Amino acid sequence: MTLTSGPEPRGFVKPGRGNGLFDVFRRRYLLGLLIRKEVGVRYRGSVLGWLWSYVKPAFQFLVFFLALGVFLRLNGSMENFPVYLFSGLILVNLFNEAFSNGTRSIVDNGALIKKIYLPREMFPVSSTIVAVVNFLPQMLVLFVVCLFVGWTPQPLQVAGILLALLIVVMLATGLGMFFGSANVSFRDSQNFVELIVMVATWASPVLYPWTTVRDQVPDWLLQIYLLNPLTVAVELFHAGFWYPTTSGAPQLPPDLLLKGVIGLGIAAVFLVLGQAVFRKLEGRFAQDL
Amino acid sequence: MPKISESTEARRIIVEGVSKKFLLRHTHSLKETFIAMLRRKKLSTGFEALHDVTFSVNEGESVALLGFNGSGKSTMLKMLSGVFRPDTGTVLTRGRVAGLIEVGAGFHPDLSGRENVYLNAAILGMEKDEVDARFDEIVAFSEIEQFIDTEVKHYSSGMFVRLAFAVAIHTRADIMLVDEVLSVGDEPFQKKCLAKLRELQERGTTLVVVSHDLDTVANLCSRGILIHDHRVVFDGESHEAVARMRSL
Repeated sequence: MTLTSGPEPRGFVKPGRGNGLFDVFRRRYLLGLLIRKEVGVRYRGSVLGWLWSYVKPAFQFLVFFLALGVFLRLNGSMENFPVYLFSGLILVNLFNEAFSNGTRSIVDNGALIKKIYLPREMFPVSSTIVAVVNFLPQMLVLFVVCLFVGWTPQPLQVAGILLALLIVVMLATGLGMFFGSANVSFRDSQNFVELIVMVATWASPVLYPWTTVRDQVPDWLLQIYLLNPLTVAVELFHAGFWYPTTSGAPQLPPDLLLKGVIGLGIAAVFLVLGQAVFRKLEGRFAQDL
Repeated sequence: MPKISESTEARRIIVEGVSKKFLLRHTHSLKETFIAMLRRKKLSTGFEALHDVTFSVNEGESVALLGFNGSGKSTMLKMLSGVFRPDTGTVLTRGRVAGLIEVGAGFHPDLSGRENVYLNAAILGMEKDEVDARFDEIVAFSEIEQFIDTEVKHYSSGMFVRLAFAVAIHTRADIMLVDEVLSVGDEPFQKKCLAKLRELQERGTTLVVVSHDLDTVANLCSRGILIHDHRVVFDGESHEAVARMRSL
């Protein structure tokens, strides 16, 4: 009798082979506890605690506002520049945090992965969710500020905002799984991700309007620039929060919603790719960590 | 050799032709790799931890994996739990597998005992209602009731392993993998652990035990599989397996 090929006998499973991301959501209880643990211990022992998650973006915002808004005079040439800056910044920060924590999550949880089997996708996924938990109050601040500056939310704008969030979450999780699994054998991965994260803030229209890129580069390059799912997500955020507070004079990229759907498709491809690479490398995690 | 039932229904674990190799890398950077290649040195050496291992375990059976340090027993347990994957051959299990392997792996020092019980139980595969139902039993078993809301980093090492062991042993499982935990805690606690393992046996749980406490493990398990030089050299009655091991 040989079992090496063919289906397993009834009721038997191969230990350590799961259904990837599906298993993560089947074990929601564990996922919830891991997230609670992460949220609970992150700032334990510090006086300001979770306020640090707001002090950091607040200072980052102030620095950029002074440098770009005041010194480079974007505040004068763009309507409601602070809203523009803040809405883009928090979204890119969400991506950066989810992506870099996801990349480190496998190595950071090495002690556990080496000893007990559990769906290892749990770790990048919980990194993303923790980043979202961290992000939501920032979005609430943005929401309130926009209401004060004269925004009446429209269904299409809200749909665009949700689409942007979905793109960022899927993209960061997919890339986090990809680089996180590569990080087990090659720690170069996390340094490389630091580079990507640094570039990501500047490769999307967060600190400047997209029209400055349009005016400087040939059309084919602009199309590539606008194909970046993160750029699309940032512009969807601008279209949702900032654009309605302006007089309507600034321009948004054409066919933004269509671009959003394409961006979602690209993010989905990254997610599937990330999962595939993760599953390919997962078998060696325990022995290589 | 013990008679192995032909029907797969009665079996819990099937291991067939399993081999596992580890690759020991000798270079740890691009520079070292480059220099080693120039000098035509080996970049890595293979190390075979297990060679062509075949056995199966029936429902309710208790098996001791015996062997000297480095013989591949723990590697075998890790393949049963799914942490490692075999290079060749097949490992199959039926039912829920839980491991008393390096207990406390999922503990976080900054969380209280109570929080760690819930977290670790979930890591071992329990759902909320199951942990709720067994929480008092787990705490009573660990004998640290009064410290349950203290952060685990303030625990003594004995308290730590007792709590971790209590969580793990209260996992409801069809197959329980036990690695070198019979040496946990003081003698009264060890006795309690053994009693608990016997209770699991009576309930029909399949046990696979690794321990260097040969006499205890031979008494606990009826069957012993002796692994020597990464191969199975004996599979049969546990006391006989221990005797063979001592004569090696």
